[in-house]
Amino acid sequence: MPRRVAVIGAGMTKFMRRAKETPKELAFEATRMALNSSGLELNDIEAVALGTAPDAFDGVHMKGEYLSDGAGSFLKPYTRSFVGGGTGVFCGAHGWWHIASGMFDTCLVVAEEKMSSAHPHPQGAFLTIFDNLIERNLGPNLVWIFALEMNRYMKAHDIKKEDIALVSVKNKGNALDHPCAQLGMKITVEDVLNSEVLAYPVQRLDISPTSDGAAALVLASEEVAKRVTDDPIWIEGVGWNVDTTIWTNRDLYYPRYVEYAARMAYKMAGIHNPPKDIDFAEPYDPFDYKELHHMEGLQLCKKGEAPILTREGVTARDGDLPTCPSGGALGVGNPIAATGVMKLCELFWQLRGEAGKRQIPGDPRTGVAQAWGDLMQVGTVVVMRR
Amino acid sequence: MAKEYPGTPLKSKDFKKALKTKYTPSAEYAWSAGQAINSFLNGLKEGRILGIKCRGCKRILVPPRAFCEECFISVEDWVELKDTGRVNTFAISYLDTMANRIKKPIIPAVIEIDGAGGNGFLHILGEVDPKKVKFGMKVKAVWKPAKERKGDITDIKYFKPLKGGD
Amino acid sequence: MENVAIIGLGFTGARPDSPELSYKELMYEAAVKAYEDAGVDPRKDVGSFIGASEDFWDGTSIFDEYLPDQIGGALRPVCSICNDGLHAIATGVMHIRSGIADIVAVEAHSKVSDVVNPDGIMHFALDPVIDRTLGYNAHVIAGLEMYRYLHEACVTKDECAEVVVKNRRNALLNPYAAYGAKVNIEDVLCSPPAYEPMSEMDVSNFVDGACVIVLASERIARNANDTVWINGIGWCNDSPNMGLRDWSYPRYVKLAAERAYADAGINNPYDEIDFAEVDDTYSFKELQHLEALRLLETGDAARLLCDGAFDLEGEFPVNVSGGSLGMGNLLDANGLVKTFEAVEQLRGIAGQRQVKNAETALVQSWRGVPTTSGAVMILGSEPKGGA
Repeated sequence: MPRRVAVIGAGMTKFMRRAKETPKELAFEATRMALNSSGLELNDIEAVALGTAPDAFDGVHMKGEYLSDGAGSFLKPYTRSFVGGGTGVFCGAHGWWHIASGMFDTCLVVAEEKMSSAHPHPQGAFLTIFDNLIERNLGPNLVWIFALEMNRYMKAHDIKKEDIALVSVKNKGNALDHPCAQLGMKITVEDVLNSEVLAYPVQRLDISPTSDGAAALVLASEEVAKRVTDDPIWIEGVGWNVDTTIWTNRDLYYPRYVEYAARMAYKMAGIHNPPKDIDFAEPYDPFDYKELHHMEGLQLCKKGEAPILTREGVTARDGDLPTCPSGGALGVGNPIAATGVMKLCELFWQLRGEAGKRQIPGDPRTGVAQAWGDLMQVGTVVVMRR
Repeated sequence: MAKEYPGTPLKSKDFKKALKTKYTPSAEYAWSAGQAINSFLNGLKEGRILGIKCRGCKRILVPPRAFCEECFISVEDWVELKDTGRVNTFAISYLDTMANRIKKPIIPAVIEIDGAGGNGFLHILGEVDPKKVKFGMKVKAVWKPAKERKGDITDIKYFKPLKGGD
Repeated sequence: MENVAIIGLGFTGARPDSPELSYKELMYEAAVKAYEDAGVDPRKDVGSFIGASEDFWDGTSIFDEYLPDQIGGALRPVCSICNDGLHAIATGVMHIRSGIADIVAVEAHSKVSDVVNPDGIMHFALDPVIDRTLGYNAHVIAGLEMYRYLHEACVTKDECAEVVVKNRRNALLNPYAAYGAKVNIEDVLCSPPAYEPMSEMDVSNFVDGACVIVLASERIARNANDTVWINGIGWCNDSPNMGLRDWSYPRYVKLAAERAYADAGINNPYDEIDFAEVDDTYSFKELQHLEALRLLETGDAARLLCDGAFDLEGEFPVNVSGGSLGMGNLLDANGLVKTFEAVEQLRGIAGQRQVKNAETALVQSWRGVPTTSGAVMILGSEPKGGA
């Protein structure tokens, strides 16, 4: 049996288009804030679980090693996990197994991304995510794969863009209440539909921004947690799954890897009826349709049903299943790995009742966060409970 | 409890003034294509699309690989496929590779190659009005002239709609 | 904590080049061998797959995308760890102990022959603001460390050259090794100067290869054949900052070893361990690492080396595989390849290079310049606390 693992502190930097801080300094700032809120000092920390997405963004090979001291791992055991865009939420699992295994009593979880370092645009880095032999020479752009997937999803369930745009409206609106948000704003469905077409069906306001930022958590064993806080939040389930590399041989309308990852986490957490057992969700929303896609993968609704729930207001902050109450990647910003940890921070703050203006009503007890990445391929899931 | 969040956002003019070190990595690669993709690319050079059949799950794998990821066994039964297929999904892109805006859109699509049971690969559509692209549309490869082909995915210039193929 | 064992091994062998195979096919070969050796079906039995890799060595951003298929992990829990293979094994141990999986596959590879300019990639690992613009080759950092080590430990270049002589000689007996050779100290000292005080032959050569190791929980391993037990594992970083690290003494190795020894209940490492596979990316590193592992006092490693203590027939064989100097440098697969050797030795199937009566082994890895990242593992033919 794994040991219970508690979250006892959380921190994050503002998410910004361009940060003055170096990547290492961003990692430090988030880590420092998480430690300050935890009641532990760096000396109490036994291990560090770092997550950060492609080295090409920050422009450093072995970026994890470069970041390691900023993440508090000077003279400490340190590893870096990396599952593309899924990395952030995966970090929660990464930290969890350090403690659940019985090998450590405390662990820092840190994620950082500084995308503004890549010039002229992080797209140059995204090109190299495609297959070196049979895709890169076609000159693909990252937005293509989203457009291909979104189009397939819309076609499979006959979904209208208006319904998808509602996600962007909701999340950017929610982000108005997040002090770290880069793109909190009040917009309408028409604004989304009238925004520039980048790669049909993807438009400007369907997309999250590129961002700089970092986020961190402090994890502890039950024994340590009970010593330092009256209000630990428990990581009750973790799951992850990576589908085949050959994405053109899969049907993109449904993320089965998210389903498998969710089932792994739910089994651990004893969740049998996700829509009923889960009070709120932070699915990964780098594009508006992805939130819907992921709600379906997370078994929070039936296939094709997420747009309907969104239209009916179920996913609003005061709805029955608040979804991305933080403002998500669309609103808070999307420094890839840091976004996932931001979502874990949001679970922590919401479950503790510390989410301020973003606090969802009704005394939430169970939340799920999820991230996604690689070539439309990886799902990572963390369930937390109070 | 109010929280203080660290971080110093830079506005455009501050960003221009901020001290930076510039560096272009000298990262160059010459990847071995390996046995499966080598044959696939050589096939393209000859104007043929090759797939490979798994004796375990009986799927026709295209793009081909040396092993079946589902059955985890080596695969060797090469099959020549038609150079026609159907559009599984598509996009109409006004962005080029480096996210520069372009007037005439590129239409990337996943093409299910005929005879491969729904499997296929990423390519581009051409000779088609973007407004007229449809899911399931029949398409055919337009090849570069034989002497310009070099064993690359771009040996197929693009796929175009197959007349009367709907 | 539950005991964890190694139940299967697969290694392609090290080669300077492998143009006929893609990295995927190379990895597939290692994976097939490992699963065959372990007697497991990856599609049914393996609960977690872990790959150690770095994007810029593979030339792909998010290499994790290209990891699952060839190790049998499609639509399974798969993840990448951007550390050495030994850190990936440590991750696997944690997966088993936390109940994620009963069987874990750990993979690492080098397809460095696909990289046109490895030095350019290494340079890209330097701090972008304060180090990179100085324009030195990253290997120079090892030269700086060597100077400091020679000075503080009173060791000579000749003694470091002995490491090269021994390891390349050992590699002659290892069919997996790429750089077996009969060389003498003069050959090493007279090889062209490289990164002072190192000569060209003090530096290991990059090679291609893939290695997969299969781990299992005690419940599974009890019924497996040729099981080798992971009795201790530890890992640690020093500072990445050039100005703050200890230049003569790899503290991260010492701290990693302390953890591994505590796990394994080892108090007198030199007496309780039968042989070691330690990092020798550069010749002096073998000596420096043996000392940081608390096997010897600072300065003693060179003397014992010259007395033949670390030879195959010596009292404490070191890098019988040939090490990175004799095997070749497989990037983040180095830790797995050293593990491969240690397990073959403990199983008693190392052929001509078999260490006699080997029951406890130490494996240590370092991620190379500019990192201060190391890991240490103690392997035993019996589980900790007896069979």
